[in-house]
Amino acid sequence: MVRLRFFASLRETLGTGDEQLELPDDVSDIATLTGLLQNRGETWNSALADPRLHIAINREIVKRDAPVVDGDEIAWFPPVTGG
Amino acid sequence: MIVVQTSDFDPGMEFERLRVRCAGRAGALVSFTGLVRDLNEGDAISQLTLEHYPGMTEKALVEIKAQACKRWDLLDAVIIHRVGPLQPNDRIVFVAAASAHRKDAFQACEFMIDTLKTDAPFWKQEDTSTGKRWVSGEENGET
Repeated sequence: MVRLRFFASLRETLGTGDEQLELPDDVSDIATLTGLLQNRGETWNSALADPRLHIAINREIVKRDAPVVDGDEIAWFPPVTGG
Repeated sequence: MIVVQTSDFDPGMEFERLRVRCAGRAGALVSFTGLVRDLNEGDAISQLTLEHYPGMTEKALVEIKAQACKRWDLLDAVIIHRVGPLQPNDRIVFVAAASAHRKDAFQACEFMIDTLKTDAPFWKQEDTSTGKRWVSGEENGET
């Protein structure tokens, strides 16, 4: 299982902020995992296609070719606006 | 010291604690306090709600402080950031640095607040007269 996290406007758009997913055998990196989620429908497809989204694995920012393994926590979120 | 909290903080008390921790060694203390404005993008703001990524936020702030300590000669540094609902004029963030000489503290303090704005996973949602809206990262103005 992997844990998927979505924050802020993305969380609201998708209607979920936290879920568990059984990682399919053919999903080995962020790009393929994001593609799998985009197949859930038009809302997911367009929301996750936003090139400004940041992605973190286990609370570290990563690029789209970063490998994903069982047990990871993967987060997608819009540009940050703290301070 | 790195803290993420919903409650308010007392900048004077934090400043004093830093002074005491660095007693005798510090020649300079520089702090920045960020506040909630009542106007953004031309619209009145009645409330600001800060969301964050618990666990990653603290990790990001620890990293920002570590970078500042590596780059400048600091005796200590503090980052306090609030989350949850805030009202105009509320304090959002406190950053402070202590050093032997003023230049290190000035520059480190500016670096920490600037880096926090781009690297720490916080998101602001504003309540305006026409409803709630997320502050866009590209349009994020100065606090």
